[in-house]
Amino acid sequence: MKLRRVVITGIGAYSCIGKNVEEIKNSLYTGKSGIIYDPARKEMGYRSALTGFIERPNLQGLLHRRYRGYMAEEGEYAYIATLEALKQAKIEDSFFDTHEVGILYGNDSTANATVETNDIIRAKKDTSMAGGGAIFQCMNSTVSMILSTIFRLRGINFTISGACASGSHSIGMAYTMIRHGYQDIIICGGAQEVNAVTFASFDGIGAFSIRESDPTKASRPFDKDRDGLVPSGGGATVILETLESALSRGAPILGEVIGYGFSSNGGHISQPNVDGPSRSLNMCIQDARIQLKDIEYINAHATSTPIGDMNEAKAIHQVFGNNKPYVSSTKSMTGHECWMAGASEIVYSLIMMHNGFIAPNINMNEPDEDSAKINIATSTIDKNFDVFLSNSFGFGGTNSTLIVKKYKP
Amino acid sequence: MNSVMTMDEVITITNNFLVEEFEVDMASIKPDAPVKETLELDSLDYVDLVVLIDTHFGFKVQQQDFKGIVTFQDFYNFLHQRVK
Repeated sequence: MKLRRVVITGIGAYSCIGKNVEEIKNSLYTGKSGIIYDPARKEMGYRSALTGFIERPNLQGLLHRRYRGYMAEEGEYAYIATLEALKQAKIEDSFFDTHEVGILYGNDSTANATVETNDIIRAKKDTSMAGGGAIFQCMNSTVSMILSTIFRLRGINFTISGACASGSHSIGMAYTMIRHGYQDIIICGGAQEVNAVTFASFDGIGAFSIRESDPTKASRPFDKDRDGLVPSGGGATVILETLESALSRGAPILGEVIGYGFSSNGGHISQPNVDGPSRSLNMCIQDARIQLKDIEYINAHATSTPIGDMNEAKAIHQVFGNNKPYVSSTKSMTGHECWMAGASEIVYSLIMMHNGFIAPNINMNEPDEDSAKINIATSTIDKNFDVFLSNSFGFGGTNSTLIVKKYKP
Repeated sequence: MNSVMTMDEVITITNNFLVEEFEVDMASIKPDAPVKETLELDSLDYVDLVVLIDTHFGFKVQQQDFKGIVTFQDFYNFLHQRVK
């Protein structure tokens, strides 16, 4: 069977550095941080009150009250991002009645909805007091189920939970399904709730930066003085489809997904290693059938944790050697968008590729022994480039790598 | 909640939360209008209605209690019977 070319025809995002692609572009170019100090977290017993700040969208008037009632916080972000992506892809509402469109969306929690629902039930001692929408907010597939309902999707439909690689795997799996002929168009992406409930146990293991005196300087991937990640979130959507479908519709072609690699570390539940990410990188590069020198930019997973960044720098150096593509972690601005990150970082990198710049890895003042071996962009670089690679790694040792190329007929 | 609540009070409270929660025009809520069609209720919405009645009137109803209710006047009568 002939493998099909898979292209990106729409992107959308709602994040702490912008509520749409245009706002995000400006933040990426200027190196603007979206991190704040949230006193409520301190009151709750958090070790670190740092977080990405994101305003909940007002969907009244935009979406029927019934859908809003089924929607958890992360679904709201995903919905806004998806509207933007569909608009860019020139997919109107009536399109879904005549075409089989699928959804594979990354999400790995819906903690706040679950906790609030059970608080009500415990207080009232009556399950019906949770209301008719709670069950749909409380399932991990909440995002894919609400978006598939709103847009009347009739293709593949499920959520991908792969920890902090969820969004990346959703694109990788959609790429695989389209490439092999199972679907023509898939809405993919990642969503992440941003609230004190969802991140509490993550804070509890001491993974977060405690540089609370200077929130915008706290997320500092690859920097020698990094002390942990800053939790964040939002929603990011990427529309994937066959090249043939995109051309026949006259849709804009923003890039071509040419490689997907994955691996599992087979080790510790939270501590990453070098071998797993290296295998994911190598698999993706082989899949893309390109040479290392052709990859001009790497959007690193680097979250600003001491061990994670060190191992990723080692893996990049091990794989790329003397080929030294620019590397930056946009998490230096956004914080760690967790389940959303793998998708949002594809959106961010596409924005860069289309506007001829590489966003800075802000707060990188001094490299350590390992980050000194890779070519980190510490300030904005005006540069046209054609190919980028994006890494995403998650708890349990799940790794995902994607390579996207500027479309050429 | 209130043992001396009048029918007018029941109607006012009910109409206000219906407009708020189900996003319909107040003018569409008439005593002889059908509840289900006017509010566009599906089976899950009735669960929300159970919550709203508990919140605003302080008593629990079962979904099967709605079976005999067709018009808004039926609904007001049902609620008034329970609160008076």
